[in-house]
Amino acid sequence: MAEAPAPSDRNASVRRHVDPAIASAFGCIVAVLLIGSLYSSSFLSPDYLLQQLKVASFLGVIATGMMIVILLGQIDLSVPWVVAVGGMMATAATGWGAFGQAIAIPVGIACGVALGLVSGCGVAFLRIPSMVVTLAVNAVAQGLMVVHTGGFSPQDSSSPAMRFLATGDSVLGIPNALLVWAAVGGMAVFLLTRTTFGRAVYAIGNRERAAYLSGARTRLVVMTAFAISGGLSAFGGVLLAGYASKAAQAMGDPYLLPAIAAVVLGGTSILGGRGNYLGTVAGVILITLLQSMLSVMQIEEYGRHVIYGVVIVAMLLIYGRGRRHSD
Amino acid sequence: MTGDWSFWLREHKSTLLAFAGFAVMFSIYAANHPAGLNANVATTAANKGVLLAIVAMAQTLVVLTSGIDLSVGMVMVLANCLASSIVVGSPLMTALGVLGVLLVGCLCGAINGLIVIYGRLQPIVTTIATGSIYYGAALALRRVPGGDVDSTLADALTGQLPGGVPASLGLLLALVLIVWLPFRRSAIGRAAYAIGSSEVAAYMSGVPIRRAKFVAYTLSGLLAAVAGLFLTCITYSGEASAANGSTYTLYSIAAVVLGGVSLFGGSGSAIGAIFGALMFRTIGDLLFVFNVEPLWQPLFQGLVLMAAICLGAARLLRIRNRLDLYG
Repeated sequence: MAEAPAPSDRNASVRRHVDPAIASAFGCIVAVLLIGSLYSSSFLSPDYLLQQLKVASFLGVIATGMMIVILLGQIDLSVPWVVAVGGMMATAATGWGAFGQAIAIPVGIACGVALGLVSGCGVAFLRIPSMVVTLAVNAVAQGLMVVHTGGFSPQDSSSPAMRFLATGDSVLGIPNALLVWAAVGGMAVFLLTRTTFGRAVYAIGNRERAAYLSGARTRLVVMTAFAISGGLSAFGGVLLAGYASKAAQAMGDPYLLPAIAAVVLGGTSILGGRGNYLGTVAGVILITLLQSMLSVMQIEEYGRHVIYGVVIVAMLLIYGRGRRHSD
Repeated sequence: MTGDWSFWLREHKSTLLAFAGFAVMFSIYAANHPAGLNANVATTAANKGVLLAIVAMAQTLVVLTSGIDLSVGMVMVLANCLASSIVVGSPLMTALGVLGVLLVGCLCGAINGLIVIYGRLQPIVTTIATGSIYYGAALALRRVPGGDVDSTLADALTGQLPGGVPASLGLLLALVLIVWLPFRRSAIGRAAYAIGSSEVAAYMSGVPIRRAKFVAYTLSGLLAAVAGLFLTCITYSGEASAANGSTYTLYSIAAVVLGGVSLFGGSGSAIGAIFGALMFRTIGDLLFVFNVEPLWQPLFQGLVLMAAICLGAARLLRIRNRLDLYG
C-alpha cells in the first residue's frame, strides 16, 4: 500500500493524538450528564456544574500527586492520614496567632512533604515496595495525629486564607478552589511534559533499569515524586479544612480510593509509564459527578457503593484491559 | 542429609523468621502480663490474632500470584453481615447458613478472579472496585448493626478446647490442613508460585495460569468469608463498617509482609503470614501490657511496623551491583 490516500492520513494522525481512554472518559462524563438531565434539568445548570467542579478540585489536587506516583509504577496508600495531617497542622498553626495564620498553609504542606520524603526514602533507598512503606507512613501519621489532638477533634479552626482558597469566589464567580486546581494541574503538566524530571518519571515507570543506565538520577526522582504526592495530599487536606472550616481525624479516608480510581479511569496505567494529565482531570470530574448525582437522585447508600464499583469495572473493561499472553 | 537440611532451611527461612519474631514478642507479652499466662488470657489474645491470621492467609493466596486483594476486608464484612442474618435457628438451619456464607465468600473471590483473568484488569484496581460492590451488598443486608448468631457455634469457635487450648487455634489449624496444605502441594498451588515468579515463563511452560489464578482468588474469598463468620462469632452481631473492612485489608498486607511473603509474588507461605498476623497483634497487646498511654499506642504501632519492614531492607547489604536493584 504505497499510495495511501491523503485524507485518511490526517485522520490517522488525529487518532494518534487522541487517547481512546481519555476520549471514553470524557464521553462517559457527557453520558452521565445526559442521563442525569433526564432525571432533572438542574444537572445541566451552570450553578450545579460549577459547584461540582469546586468539589472536584479537592479530589483533583490529591489525584495529581497520586498520578505522578502511579506514573512511576508505585502507589501512595498514605493519602488518608497525610490529608488529615495537612488539615490538622494547618489549623494548629492558625491557633498560634497572627504569625501562625500567615504560615498556616505552608506549614500544612511542609508536613505532607516531610511524610512524602519518608515514603520516598523507603522506596528509593531501602527498595521497600511502595504499597508497604506508604502503609507504614500512614500508620505513623495516624499515630502522630492521635497524640497531637489528644484523641479529640481539634478545637482550632481554619484560617481566613484557607477558607478564602476553598470557599471563596473570584472573577466571574469562578470558585477559588477551581483556580487552585487549575494552577496545580498546570504545574503538573509542565513538570511532566516539559522538564527532565517528567521525562525521568515516565522512563522509570517504563523500565527503571533502563532509566538508571541512561543516566537518570532515579533515586532523586522517586524521592521528589513522593514528596510532591505527600505535599499535594496535605494541600488537599488544607483546602478541605478550609472548606469545612475545621479539620477532623477521618477527613482523608474518603479520598484514597477515589484518587486511585480517578487516575486509572483517566487512562493512566497502574503499572506506570503511561498516562496523560488530561485523563486524570476527566477521571476526577467523572467520579465527582457520579458521586454527586447518585446522592441527589436519593439512591440509598448501598446502591451508590454498588453502582460506583460496577461503573469503574465496566469502564475499565471497555478501555483499560491488559495484553494477552500471546501478544 | 545435611544438604537436605540446608535446602529446607533456605526454603522456609522467611517463615521461620516470622515464627521466631512472634515467639520472642509473645514470650515478652506473656512474661509481663499482670495476670500471667492463663487460659483466659490466651483465649482472648488468640481470638484477636486468629481473626487477622485468617484474613492474612486469604491475602497470601492472591499475593503469591503477584496480585493483591484490596477487597478481602470487604468480603469479610459482607460475610459478617450475612452470617449475622442466616447463621441462626435449628442446627440444620445453622449448618446451611454457614454453608451459605462460605459460598458467598467463594463467589466474591471467583468474581475477582474472573475479572482479573478474563477482563485482564490489574488486580489492585479490580479489587478496589469490587470491594466497593461487596461493601454495598453488606450495607444492603445490615443498614444498622445488629443480628444474632447461633450461640452454640459461637461458643465452640471462640471458647476453649478441653485442656484450656483456645478453640480458635484449632480452627486455624484446620484451615491450614484443609485449605493451605492441599493447595500448596497440588499442581495448582505450584502453578500459583510459578505465576508469581514469572508469569511469562509460566505461560511459556504451559502452566495452567488461568486455573491457578482462579483457584487462588476463590480460596481467598472463601478464607475471607471464614474470617467474617469468625468475627460474627466474636461480636455476636453484624455491622457493615467500612472502617473495619479497610483496616483489615491494610493490616492483612502488613501481616503478609511481616510474615515474609514477597509482595512481588512467588515466595513465602501462608504459615509465615499467620505468624506475621499474630506478631502484628502481639505488638498492639505489648503496649497495653507495658501500660503505654492509650494515646501513644497508634504511634508506637506505626513505628514498630515501620521498623519491621525496614528490616526487610537488610537484603540490600548482600547486593554488590546496583543494577541488581532494578529487576
